[in-house]
Formats: sequence, structure tokens, C-alpha cells
Amino acid sequence: MKGGDALMTESLNVTVDRRDGLAVVYTEGYINNQGGEEIAKVAYKLIDEGYKVLLLNLGGTKIVNSIGISILIEIIEKMIEIEGKLGFCCLTHTIEKTFHIMGLAQYAPIFPDEPTAVAQLRG
Amino acid sequence: MRKVTLALPMVPEMEIEASKTATAIAESMRMSPDRIDEVRMAVVEACINALEHSRSSEKEVFVTFEVVGERDPEKLRITVRDTGVGFSPEEIEEPTIQEKLKSRRKRGWGLKIIRGLMDEVEILSGTEGTTVVMSKMR
Repeated sequence: MKGGDALMTESLNVTVDRRDGLAVVYTEGYINNQGGEEIAKVAYKLIDEGYKVLLLNLGGTKIVNSIGISILIEIIEKMIEIEGKLGFCCLTHTIEKTFHIMGLAQYAPIFPDEPTAVAQLRG
Repeated sequence: MRKVTLALPMVPEMEIEASKTATAIAESMRMSPDRIDEVRMAVVEACINALEHSRSSEKEVFVTFEVVGERDPEKLRITVRDTGVGFSPEEIEEPTIQEKLKSRRKRGWGLKIIRGLMDEVEILSGTEGTTVVMSKMR
């Protein structure tokens, strides 16, 4: 576990690593509606704590569904509202392709790995 | 084995069971891992649409996997059928991220994702239910 927070659903584990002004949210498992809600709960808590730069590292997620992604869109909307930054990294080929099909990458950049994502989001 | 049909009860996460069968059959055809993953995601989306929206009194969704090809497997055809209330595919507006960001309703992406991931997609829908036929070349 990184940084102290861990939430379990039936099929998704979410952990957080808080760093100076930026938080990395790690997921492991299926992002469906419950999984999306767990991510949103963590993201909104981080926003309440003052984090305006979030990175979702989906390296431990091999499958998502559109209901789960719809909840990620709500987080993107919130980040736009607070003039924050949200990025994704470590996506599978299909999850990345799906995000491009849906147009998410226009509002939340996709990075191949975490160091690149952190450097770009901090820049 | 050329054809398999699953009857899925309408309970949460049944789409994952269908995706496992899709994976096993696509692997047996020696489809590439990335293409298998795309098939898996499309199956999940088609099943969720049927499980969530069909309002079928039968409470089942039928998923048929067919390996098409005379000698070597050429493509995987997957049919997802429900006996629900149906809808008019031509009346479904294609979602855009710009519109969804402004809207209270963020959902409604399933068909767009399926069309983006599969090589061929056909949707037949009426008062006796909906059938989504989708194919991926090997």
C-alpha cells in the first residue's frame, strides 16, 4: 500500500501516493460502476485536501467498462472546474484506444509511464 | 469447436464470464493479444447494454461465439441477443466528450466503443429484443 489509503471493492483496489502537490492514484482490478465510484471517492477526497494535480496510474487494471469510464469523466469535469490537472498512465493498449475513441485524451493526457506523467503534469 | 452459446443470467458482472469465453476462443484462433483484448472489451460493452437496458422478462442474455473460416479460422463472430423491449439504433445520437462533460448523464458510450473496437458491427432491434452481431478478423 502506498501513502496510507486503501479501499477495497469486490473487484477493485485503490491506493494513493501523496507527493508534494501531486497525488498518484493506483488501481488494481476491474473498473466498473463500483470501481469508478471508489476512484471518484478517493479523487474528491484528494481535491478536498487541496490536491489539484492527479495522476491515475491504471497499470493494475486490465479491464474497464463504459459505466466506470463515465465516472472518470465526472472526475475530469471536476478537475476542469477547479482548474486542476488530471492525467492517466500505464494503460493497456485497449484501454488507451477506448479513451481515444471516447475523446478523453483531449481533456486528460495519457502518458506511457509514471515518471513521464509526473514530469509533464508538474511542468 | 466452431460455435458456443452462453445463456447469462441478469446478475452483476456476468459480462466478465462472457469476456472469459471470448478470450479462450480468440486464443484458440491464435488472434493477437491486443486484438483479443479489444474483443473482450467489446463483449463486455455489448453484454452490459443487454443486461442493463433490455428490461427483458426472460432475465437472460444469450451470447454466441462462432469461428468463421473454411479451413483456417478467419474471424470471430459474436452475437449478443436479449429478448427485451428493443430500441431504435438510428435514433441514438453518437456521444461526444464535449457534450458529456456538460451533461448530467455521462453514460451511453457502449455502441460507440463497440464500433470503434470491432471490424464489423450490426444492430438489429425491435419489439422482440435486440441482437448485436460483431466480428473481428483474426
